[in-house]
Amino acid sequence: MIKKKNKMKRPDAATSIELYRTMLRIRLAEQKITEVYPTDKIQSPIHLSVGQEAIAAGVCGALAHGDHVHGTYRGHAFYIAKGGDMKRMFAELYGKDTGCARGKGGSMHLADPDAGLMSCSAIVASTIPVATGDAYASSRQGRKRVVVSVFGDGAIDEGVFFESVNFAVLKKLPIIYVLENNWYAIHSKVPERRKQLDLYRVAEGLGLTGEKFDGNDASTVYNAASAAVASIRKGGGPRLLEFTAYRWHEHVGPGVDFHESYRRKNEQALAQKNDPLKLAKADLTKRCKVKPELFAQWEAELRREVDEAVDFAEKSPFPTVENLFQDVYAESL
Amino acid sequence: MTKRMKYGEAIRTALFHAMEHDPKVFVFGLGVDDHRAIFGSLTGLAEKFGPERVFDTPISEAAMTGVAVGAAVNGLKPVHVHIRSDFLYLAMDQLFNIAAKWRYMFGGRMNVPLVVRAVIGRSWGQGAQHSQSLQSFFMHVPGWKVVMPTTPADAQGLTLAAINDPNPVFILEHRLLYDIVGDVPDPPVAAPLGKAYIRRAGKDLTIVANSYMVVESLKAAEFLETQGISAEVVDPVSLVPLDRETIVASVRKTGRLIVVDTSWTACGVSAEIAAIAAERAFDCLKQPVRRLGMQPTPCPVSKPLENAFYPSARTIAMEAFSMLGRAFPDVNVPVLTSTFKGPF
Ligand SMILES: Cc1ncc(C[n+]2csc(CCOP(=O)(O)OP(=O)(O)O)c2C)c(N)n1
Ligand SMILES: [Mg+2]
Repeated sequence: MIKKKNKMKRPDAATSIELYRTMLRIRLAEQKITEVYPTDKIQSPIHLSVGQEAIAAGVCGALAHGDHVHGTYRGHAFYIAKGGDMKRMFAELYGKDTGCARGKGGSMHLADPDAGLMSCSAIVASTIPVATGDAYASSRQGRKRVVVSVFGDGAIDEGVFFESVNFAVLKKLPIIYVLENNWYAIHSKVPERRKQLDLYRVAEGLGLTGEKFDGNDASTVYNAASAAVASIRKGGGPRLLEFTAYRWHEHVGPGVDFHESYRRKNEQALAQKNDPLKLAKADLTKRCKVKPELFAQWEAELRREVDEAVDFAEKSPFPTVENLFQDVYAESL
Repeated sequence: MTKRMKYGEAIRTALFHAMEHDPKVFVFGLGVDDHRAIFGSLTGLAEKFGPERVFDTPISEAAMTGVAVGAAVNGLKPVHVHIRSDFLYLAMDQLFNIAAKWRYMFGGRMNVPLVVRAVIGRSWGQGAQHSQSLQSFFMHVPGWKVVMPTTPADAQGLTLAAINDPNPVFILEHRLLYDIVGDVPDPPVAAPLGKAYIRRAGKDLTIVANSYMVVESLKAAEFLETQGISAEVVDPVSLVPLDRETIVASVRKTGRLIVVDTSWTACGVSAEIAAIAAERAFDCLKQPVRRLGMQPTPCPVSKPLENAFYPSARTIAMEAFSMLGRAFPDVNVPVLTSTFKGPF
């Protein structure tokens, strides 16, 4: 069952503001990426999370700094929400030496281990077992760290998802499987890939309890993730959280493709109605009495942060050719 | 009759032809029925042949490969399509423990007429996991035939040949070749598996190159010609079976060999061809064989690093000069020939 958001206690004002600001930071950064993209300065396939910001903001908002996240090629949102360095993210998209992966990974392979964003991979489902291993290490080390494995509705088609979950349940690992259900794997809808549409129940037979929530509402996501984190910190086993969302952009690239035949009718209207930023702004205005000036101030401040990151990326040097051979192994062979 | 068309369209004509003539043929894989139709190589197929014979699958490469084997063994002819060859790593067990060995392991009593098509990505930051070129894996394990079509005519002819073949055949296509236009037989005809092509005749040295590296090598050869060096470009096209005779004859004629592969050199096509030259043309070699391939690193995203990672017309030409003991001239030399723009 989708938990009704109005039945939930909303987070306090400070938390709600933080969630909003994180989403806005993500939105503005990704909007900037679409602005820069036509200049060919970002030569990397990009998978945007516009419309899905609430999941990253809510989940990461519930985590501690030392907790870990493993994501996918659609990684900007979780990178930013987990506290990854914005300047180094833009530099990475530009392929610069100052990037978070020194220009070697690009948009699909973000990581900032200092911030606990441990990996993003361009192979569907490939970080699910790795996140599970991270949780195994955590449990061996005394269960200090909660690990989040983020993936899409398509990733649960892969065998490694089930194999990982089975191991996590068996070993009672401190991991949350976060399923971002945006209804599509590229252009293929969920019902074109499976009969059983309650994705959160997909691993019940293995002993993994799942729940489904409205992923457009940051408060709902935050509450759900907080409850899962609290349960795991008390020694409870793995959890699965499914969040529904709308992907505003084409699967890969800066364009918007609501007009394409694979999309549902009215999807654009539904997406706009469920815009996580709009919803959060309305809630902050009504419940927390945030004034328009304050929204404007945050926006200006975050725009500046994004502009500075772009400036940093533009001014940074490209790696030199010797760099190509570094880091294949820990030492040079 | 021939018709001019792009690489992707040439593949499409082959599949169209095969499906029209043989109801056993079906095409499946991620994205095969969407509006992008795997870079146009499947446009209109889903509409024409319907969802029973052209269909998308769950993202389950390992299982789907096994499904293809099971269907192939039992009277169907699957063409399994992957938009990047990197995804085949997920299906290693079914590809190599099952498909490759089925006929032999069961004493030749069953065939696996399976075709796997996969695309090599390159450029626009495809990066470490969307750029790999898996021919060596498939060559290493007996049981698979392996082709890398270069021209639109190869693409059509070898796709048809692969479908007609009773064995598992791996067709490795290159993303950058999809923009190439060429003359293609109309109606489609199968090309022989195991036949190499001399793409350009020459006498000073032999460049054996495959797939997109043929394009770069021809560009290099054109430049070398202006510098008084005559390079012969040989394209094996089919790696298993491999037309050793054509390669060896060229090497015996020129006495010099550069091998350029789309993948890494270690244990790769270039190693195999260098070994063949050593085994069968040793007495004619005037110089040690040279090899070019991807640098021994994962593929980086950053453009300057990516440029250094791949062989290009320029590095191929440089290798030729070095082999002939000549200094590389201070003139405008061709660099990367591709104008590919992303996002994918
Ligand atoms: C193993 C593998 N198969 C196929 C692909 C191609 N591919 C890239 S993204 C994607 C869709 C994944 O959909 P989902 O898990 O729902 O994530 P979303 O993109 O919607 O965030 C596919 C099939 C891949 N990258 N890896
Ligand atoms: Mg999805």
